[in-house]
Amino acid sequence: MDPHAQHLYEMLSKVVGYIYPNELDLQWGFLIVLYPYLTGLVAGAFILASLERVFKINVLKPTYELALLTALSFLLVAGLPLVNHLTHPFRSYEILTTPNSKSAMAIFGYVYLWYLMVVLLLEIWFDYRKYLVIWARESRGFKKFVYTVFTLGVMDNSERTLKWDRKLGYFITVVGIPSAFLLHGYVGFIFGSIKANPWWSTVLMPIIFLFSAMVSGIALVMVVYMVVSYIRRHPIDMKALDTIARYLFFMIILDFSLEALDQIHRIYEAEESFEIISMLVSGKLAFTLLTMQVMVGTIIPLITLGVLQLYKPAERIRKAIYLILGLMILTGIFFMRWNVVIGGQLFSKSFYGFTSFKLGLVGSEGALMGAVWLILPFLILSVLLWLFPPWKMEETEL
Amino acid sequence: MKKNNQVIKEKGMAGEKEAVGKGGREKSRRDFLKSTAAFTGGVMAFGLLKGTNALVFAAAEPASETGPWYGIGIDILKCIGCGKCAAACKKENHVPEEPWYFRSWVEKYTITKDGEVHVESPNGGINGFTETIPEEEIFKSFFVPKMCNHCYQSPCVQVCPVGASYDSPEGVVLVDEKYCIGCRYCIQACPYGCRFINPVTKSADKCTLCYHRIAEGLMPACFEVCPTGARIFGDLRDENGELHKFLQTHNVQVLKPHLNTGSKLYYNALSQEVR
Repeated sequence: MDPHAQHLYEMLSKVVGYIYPNELDLQWGFLIVLYPYLTGLVAGAFILASLERVFKINVLKPTYELALLTALSFLLVAGLPLVNHLTHPFRSYEILTTPNSKSAMAIFGYVYLWYLMVVLLLEIWFDYRKYLVIWARESRGFKKFVYTVFTLGVMDNSERTLKWDRKLGYFITVVGIPSAFLLHGYVGFIFGSIKANPWWSTVLMPIIFLFSAMVSGIALVMVVYMVVSYIRRHPIDMKALDTIARYLFFMIILDFSLEALDQIHRIYEAEESFEIISMLVSGKLAFTLLTMQVMVGTIIPLITLGVLQLYKPAERIRKAIYLILGLMILTGIFFMRWNVVIGGQLFSKSFYGFTSFKLGLVGSEGALMGAVWLILPFLILSVLLWLFPPWKMEETEL
Repeated sequence: MKKNNQVIKEKGMAGEKEAVGKGGREKSRRDFLKSTAAFTGGVMAFGLLKGTNALVFAAAEPASETGPWYGIGIDILKCIGCGKCAAACKKENHVPEEPWYFRSWVEKYTITKDGEVHVESPNGGINGFTETIPEEEIFKSFFVPKMCNHCYQSPCVQVCPVGASYDSPEGVVLVDEKYCIGCRYCIQACPYGCRFINPVTKSADKCTLCYHRIAEGLMPACFEVCPTGARIFGDLRDENGELHKFLQTHNVQVLKPHLNTGSKLYYNALSQEVR
């Protein structure tokens, strides 16, 4: 028997109550959990970088380029699980060539390309161009070739041109902030606009996605900064780290308040779907939602970061706490995406029962493939950091 | 359809005016009653098409103003749960055998005296149903045949990113299987659970109202085989048609009216437990 059918026969025996017969198979699996997760990391990392540039928060300077390169690495991968998940991936170009103007999903390609081609790549390019020119002259072999290609032939490093680089870079960052909001708010809208699904259908969904994206992106940059510094055997700038942690604290408060508001609203209104959703939360999502998302990903980091605003232990301890909290938050937000995507498909739209989800190990929707999509951005980031190390910019200046 | 409604309104008003002009009191009253009846009847009949919200819970208009515009009536009181409709559908449309691919299925609702609702649809009802709840505990029990509602503001058509899901001019919701990219957004958007990914074509699949049959003037397979006449297929524009009569003479209801999908599947005797 075909393994998918075998899997579904197993799931059939695990149905609780009544589900519409076509609801047995979860249509959006692990790959679709990864998509908003990766996109959120992009948006969050970018917004952190923009904070430094637009609001001139100079203390964050050590993480500026790092945040941009992290955003780029994740953005390059973010669309892949989505295409991978299509049953007809070779038709995916249709979404760009013949989009249905009424579909929320149809503009995905444009939003994605706008963000990748116009915002991120251009911003990074204007930021690096001066150094690419210098490095192209100084380097040899493969690196010389890469730097020369990436200058796109603009070898002029006169003060006038550099001024324009800065001006245009700033302009793109300003355009980039609403674009980052658009990118991830849009991902939230894809779910929030499905009126058939009461777990998804809330006007708060895009905003919740946006703030959780900022939380996860900031946590990611924090962790990446610490790990990269460790690998480089370079001292961590504690001022920068403390500032990132402070922003993280504020963002978690906002994110937690919004999500709490959403849940309180559901509980207080107690609409038709309330009974099935409360069964979902206290049953099938008890571990992933209450333990992982709320406790591990939100409450513990919130309290710890709150305490750290008032009392600052020694640097070594702070570093350890930040690293652990960063990883906990990243895990928590991953489960937030899980709870939205998987949770929203576990209960029947008849509100009379539940289907089951079992994450397989192999196959294009399996855990191993998912791990590939999670690891790939870090590999890309390593290559980018090797080719375009932000710290080399400072050295070049000296 | 706006046009038709306006015509009726105008006629009604003109009728009144004419009667007043002639001064005949008797005639005036008769004309008034006539025109009011025409107007009300018109709203009721055309409301089904045009969509005064109170009647069909939707407000859009069909794209084409001429030709048939299909709808479905199901009389729950007549359904005996034989499952022939679900079986015929699978056969006619080559729907995969597995019990999680259905274009048409039958649900059995049993409400026990303690107020609990039990719903079941083993293999979509194709093999019939067996009673598992002792008779003395049953408050009421009935069957509900389900299929695509062929909504005219269908969420599935709305969300399809490439336009592979579309409305035919006759108001039938169809999928171009050679165009579908398999994103499955439509499956998420359908509130009635009527769509699935066909394991052979790998595209979204759903009831076509047996488009290949109705194009030839035949009935959809599930309607053809129903032994009790519980299913009524017809043109909502045909005032003398069977579907029109069914809608006029029964208190019909659509599923999940609050979602405003413009469902064209009208149930008689739909109990509030049905979702």
